[in-house]
Amino acid sequence: MATQFSTGAGEDRFVGRAVSRVDGPAKVTGLAKYAGEFSAENLAHGYVVSSSIARGRITSIDTAAAEAVPGVLKVITHKNRPSVAGQSKAYQDMVAPPGSPFRALYDETIVFSGQPVALVVAEDFDTARHAASLVTVAYEAEPPRTDIDALSGDAYKPPMEREGIKPPPEPRGDAEAAFGKAPIRVEGQYRLADEHHNPMEPHASTVVVEDDGTYTVYDKIQGVANTQLYLTNVFGLKPEQVRCLNPYLGGGFGSGLRPQYQLFLAMLAAQDLKRSVRVTLTRDQMWSFTFRSQAVQTISLGADENGGLQAIRHDAVQGTSTYEDYQEVVVNWSGVLYKCDNVKLSYKLVKLDTPTPGDMRAPGAVSGVFAIETAMDEMACATGLDPIELRLKNYTEADQTEGKPFGSKALKSCFSEGAERFGWSKRSPEPRSMRDGKELVGWGMASGIWESMMMKSSAQATLTADGRLEIGNSTGDIGTGTYTILTQIAADTLGLPIEHITTKLGDTELAQAPVAGGSWTAASSGTAVMKACRTIAEQVFKLARGLPDSPLANVDFERAVFTNGRIEVAGDPSRSVGIVDVLKTTGTDKLEATETASPDKDFKKQFEAYTHSAIFAEVKVDEELGRIRVTRIVSAIAAGKILNTKTARSQILGGVVMGIGSALHEESMLDHRLGRFMNHNLGEYHVPAHADIYDIDVIFVDEEDMANPLGVKGLGEIGIVGTAAAIGNAVYHATGKRIRNLPITVDKILG
Amino acid sequence: MNRFDYVRADTVADAIKALSTDPSARFIAGGTNLVDLMKYNVEKPGRLIDITRLPLKSIEEHEGGLRIGALVSNADLAYDARVQRRYPLLASAILAGASAQLRNAASTGGNLNQRTRCYYFYDEGTPCNKREPGSGCPAIGGVNRIHAIFGASEACIATNPSDMCVALAALEATVRVSGPEGDRAIAFADYHRLPGDDPSKDNTLKPGEIVVSVDLPATDYGAHHTYLKLRDRLSYAFALVSVAAALELDGQIIRTARVALGGVAHKPWRNVEAETLLQGKPATRESFRAAADLIVAEAKPQSENGFKIELARRAIVRSLEQAAAGTPQSQSDKRIQ
Repeated sequence: MATQFSTGAGEDRFVGRAVSRVDGPAKVTGLAKYAGEFSAENLAHGYVVSSSIARGRITSIDTAAAEAVPGVLKVITHKNRPSVAGQSKAYQDMVAPPGSPFRALYDETIVFSGQPVALVVAEDFDTARHAASLVTVAYEAEPPRTDIDALSGDAYKPPMEREGIKPPPEPRGDAEAAFGKAPIRVEGQYRLADEHHNPMEPHASTVVVEDDGTYTVYDKIQGVANTQLYLTNVFGLKPEQVRCLNPYLGGGFGSGLRPQYQLFLAMLAAQDLKRSVRVTLTRDQMWSFTFRSQAVQTISLGADENGGLQAIRHDAVQGTSTYEDYQEVVVNWSGVLYKCDNVKLSYKLVKLDTPTPGDMRAPGAVSGVFAIETAMDEMACATGLDPIELRLKNYTEADQTEGKPFGSKALKSCFSEGAERFGWSKRSPEPRSMRDGKELVGWGMASGIWESMMMKSSAQATLTADGRLEIGNSTGDIGTGTYTILTQIAADTLGLPIEHITTKLGDTELAQAPVAGGSWTAASSGTAVMKACRTIAEQVFKLARGLPDSPLANVDFERAVFTNGRIEVAGDPSRSVGIVDVLKTTGTDKLEATETASPDKDFKKQFEAYTHSAIFAEVKVDEELGRIRVTRIVSAIAAGKILNTKTARSQILGGVVMGIGSALHEESMLDHRLGRFMNHNLGEYHVPAHADIYDIDVIFVDEEDMANPLGVKGLGEIGIVGTAAAIGNAVYHATGKRIRNLPITVDKILG
Repeated sequence: MNRFDYVRADTVADAIKALSTDPSARFIAGGTNLVDLMKYNVEKPGRLIDITRLPLKSIEEHEGGLRIGALVSNADLAYDARVQRRYPLLASAILAGASAQLRNAASTGGNLNQRTRCYYFYDEGTPCNKREPGSGCPAIGGVNRIHAIFGASEACIATNPSDMCVALAALEATVRVSGPEGDRAIAFADYHRLPGDDPSKDNTLKPGEIVVSVDLPATDYGAHHTYLKLRDRLSYAFALVSVAAALELDGQIIRTARVALGGVAHKPWRNVEAETLLQGKPATRESFRAAADLIVAEAKPQSENGFKIELARRAIVRSLEQAAAGTPQSQSDKRIQ
């Protein structure tokens, strides 16, 4: 049975439709405020001075010239900072990996290039920026260690697992022996460049000191609960002393999961100066914290003559910082995507003098699936099978890693519907066999996979006598459309028009919800909102049934239809009562409910949950000049119920564009002698420009899933996963050149 | 970004005077490069002299060619009907660069004087001989896939990022400047300089001088020209290699040829010997290859940019083919004919 949102026997009027963003008008008119745009009386402005060395120590820091600038309030360094928590554990936020989190201005030690070494606080931003240029810092530098290839001999298995990140499973079968015996073998090394998230909105925090001594903090974060936890632990505050908000996020992609150092610095300065303070990072400072660190991977695939996989080995070595063991799931996908009895996977880290890497849209899967899906294309070539046929031959309905079936897996529909839309059957399999004028044409495909998750989450709902509903919780809308889908769910659950609903997010005074990430927000917050609205529905229904001469007398709740602001009896719309009338007649000012939704334990015991996709890419490569255009992408997605076809499509479009960037453009280039990312601006760190984007066609295939009452599986990440592999495979098909090292730039095509 | 004074010059003479009397002063017109450099603490002018009110905003007929005022915006220049008709190579090169918003703000003189996009030059946390003479050049042996393959020195391997200037080099424009010692005209080839042992100087302007116009000669390349720009994405990136090519043909025989390269040297790169080689030759791929080989023969790679030599060779051949066929590269349709 298809998932239904409306209470009782009502019809969904909004869920599943192309509803425009409810926050759209606020965003396009500039009414939507971001963390660095909130102001306060007497607001002071901080500007960060960054380290030019990557490893070593500060020997002296001269702030006199900066302090002498009129308007400068204070220059805070490790030497004069106020006292903060001494225990490194206090700095561990909700999603921190194992280790000792970075503590800004803690002491003279430098552990990465761009590390904040001073905060200049002034009456206005321009003064702070000017004064910051007058701070001189002397260092004792040590040679930085940032070259993962040079240090791969020091790779280690992380001694402590990062919470929520599964380490590679124990080997199944004997991959080495099976590979040795396999008649058809593919082996290679795969990697993609270090990438920085670079949301349009730079990281910023505004700490407002209220008259009663409490703080209101606007922070660029994907979940304000994490900001609050961090501030209370580090600064020894009680939760009721720190209200944290972030109603809008100008892009996060994971960079806003953890509180970043500008938050710490803004609060430090606010406490020190007893004034409201804002700290906004510059674009180049966006290279001084979280990033997708490259994973150097090797894959060995062995198959029989028919293309049946006999062995999969997938090993990854990934960079982390010297102070935390960041981990992501890079290799496990290879053991989940395909049926194979001999699988051995490994994942190791190398300590580098960089900031701690972090989750970046589909963390781990972007790297790992690029590798396995490129290797599978190589296997298709080696076996002479069509790439789809090879994948179907090794299709699995169960996750062999966990020994459980998938709750749902409509990947076959992704293959068939995607191939149909793309025209895959017209593909000539030989590389360099398709051409359009001076350009070689390549068609490639790949699968994508991402975990489908739900997190314990609460939501609140308040229905007032005027028939208006306010819902919300503390999670963030990171630009994905959360405001809109929650509004739709509430509208259908209570049969109210969308205009009568206000959704509030990103405020610690609202019901508790986790950070927005991992594609779990629709399932988690969506279910919580539905539950809270159902509770309201029951409350109204009870009141309605208790009215004198109630038209609903003797009607069960299950037969109540909530529609158009009324409660009707199913099958007999003449028996109905308006919700506002019920509230008025009963003298009810408002009805309130807070409900918590948790993952279904029974489901998790029985099933594994993943979203899947099939991506088809057409590239045109100028044969002489090696220049690549991605002229067509078809992305077919199996992600359960689609709540909003418009915002859902936008999520996939964004993921695909980011996948094109990963495939062709994005690369943070380290100078290993300086330990510094050198192209730290958007002029030289390339993401796709409009001209790079041609046709992108998104298909949502039918898939019914029961992991949560909504039937949703999440869409934030799946659009990017596998896209780079599909493009790389298309480049191979066009040129006969297999590039296993992203991004695929002209030097690699010509080389 | 440092604190600075601001003055506005109403006449060219005022502007020259203001600049001559304050070595820390800089002219500002569109500011599309200077303001970035100030934000990065690369430029720290004590005074900005606003020259946007100077009467240098017109494009006029001049000795059979055109005189382009230094304050004509890149957009106005590219879309000027006379420029589009008579110097489509120049229009095309301008439209290959930056974005519509930047071209609206950027001036002709400013484009001439824009600084390199070398990563190290922009990063005050690293040494750079151009920014801080004598501090060293970490681009050598560092991250240098975008750097020079021609005319670099031990002190500097930066490139000039302009597209417009590559076309102006091919067209053999003249830069007219005015200064404390009067007016003078500088052949385009002599305007920008190679880094040598003083990379802090990008051009041959003397202290206190201001660019007042760029003069285009009467030469008309008809349909036989192209501006081919190759970069790391299809738009809005600086050239890895670009080529401005123009031919005068007698039937299939080349009467004159101009080939200027961008993104490969400290200045738009021309090789007159190669242009001479093409004279009297048939407009064939073979001739173009010979010229390309001659041009890249003197190229020297850095640690990461060796590919630019082969890319330049191929781009030269392709652009000459486009010029000969009368199929100039479109800057909006990204297919390369």
